[in-house]
Amino acid sequence: MDFWSRCKRRLWLLGLGAGVALLCAGAARGEFTVIWQKAVMVCLECVGIG
Amino acid sequence: MQRVRTAVQVLFTIFTNGYVYGFLQGKVYRGALKYACVPGLNCYSCPGAVFSCPLGALQALLNRRGFQVPFAALGVLFVFGSLLGRAVCGWLCPFGLVQDLLHRLPFFKKERRLPLHRVLKYGKYAVLLLLVGAGSSLLLGTLVKVPAFCKYLCPSGTLFGAIPLLSANGQLRGQAGGLFLWKLGLLLAILLLSVKVFRPFCQYLCPLGAVYGLFNRFSLVQIHWERERCTSCGSCERACPMSLRVDEISRSPECIRCGRCADACPRKCLHFSPRSGTPKAAPEDT
Repeated sequence: MDFWSRCKRRLWLLGLGAGVALLCAGAARGEFTVIWQKAVMVCLECVGIG
Repeated sequence: MQRVRTAVQVLFTIFTNGYVYGFLQGKVYRGALKYACVPGLNCYSCPGAVFSCPLGALQALLNRRGFQVPFAALGVLFVFGSLLGRAVCGWLCPFGLVQDLLHRLPFFKKERRLPLHRVLKYGKYAVLLLLVGAGSSLLLGTLVKVPAFCKYLCPSGTLFGAIPLLSANGQLRGQAGGLFLWKLGLLLAILLLSVKVFRPFCQYLCPLGAVYGLFNRFSLVQIHWERERCTSCGSCERACPMSLRVDEISRSPECIRCGRCADACPRKCLHFSPRSGTPKAAPEDT
């Protein structure tokens, strides 16, 4: 198996690494608090009221 | 494998919506687990939901003042997408489970796709760009941004959020109006269509499926096709509910990794395998 085929087969690792980096960046900016604040209130838009 | 898949779908739905007290009281769970997102479309306003919805999280971050890249929500989508691709849709999405169960009902002649499928399948990308992206980032004639997909389209929010909440909470029930009726009508139309057509919401409207579909080609979980052993009998193509050709299975953004092709193959040329591993060769038929 040549080098490029091996790289292609491991592209998911690059995606996973990028995902973890994005999660860390989001955590550093406090984005999980924004998500939590939205998720613990009844989302009026979701239930068709707001 | 289909029994295993249904069992996984049911158990995961129960696990992620296991806050029974919420259903009884008509209230949502407010604990720390809601910092985390589930991979599938699971409304965080479902009284039983113990985690957050990734699309709801994405829109909540886009709804902030100004424009900031929603790193955390993109991170969630990258992690689940890179590992599972659309296996999330086939195995872990509660709304996918509902559509699967409805499609098993013995009414109507079953269809795999709608007429104009070739055009309609791009609807989910339009929903992603227009409702989730632009609709949630821009001020649409109001002073505050709204999660446009959740507000105007999401049937999961109506089924798992609105109906149980409004049933148990009279105060909320009194506030329901035209928007709720619109969403209820849409939900009923999708559920009814699901009895006849395989997963119409996933095929044509789901923005989460659109995102995970982009990861299908290189995600860790794949359905491997042993081309050299294949006799081109067509069993897998006939079994595929998404009507994919054998060379499209797993790679196509439409493949939800349900595994029916693998079940149908008489020579077991198709099987689940991790992307980076060497597929295990099945013994040759004699």
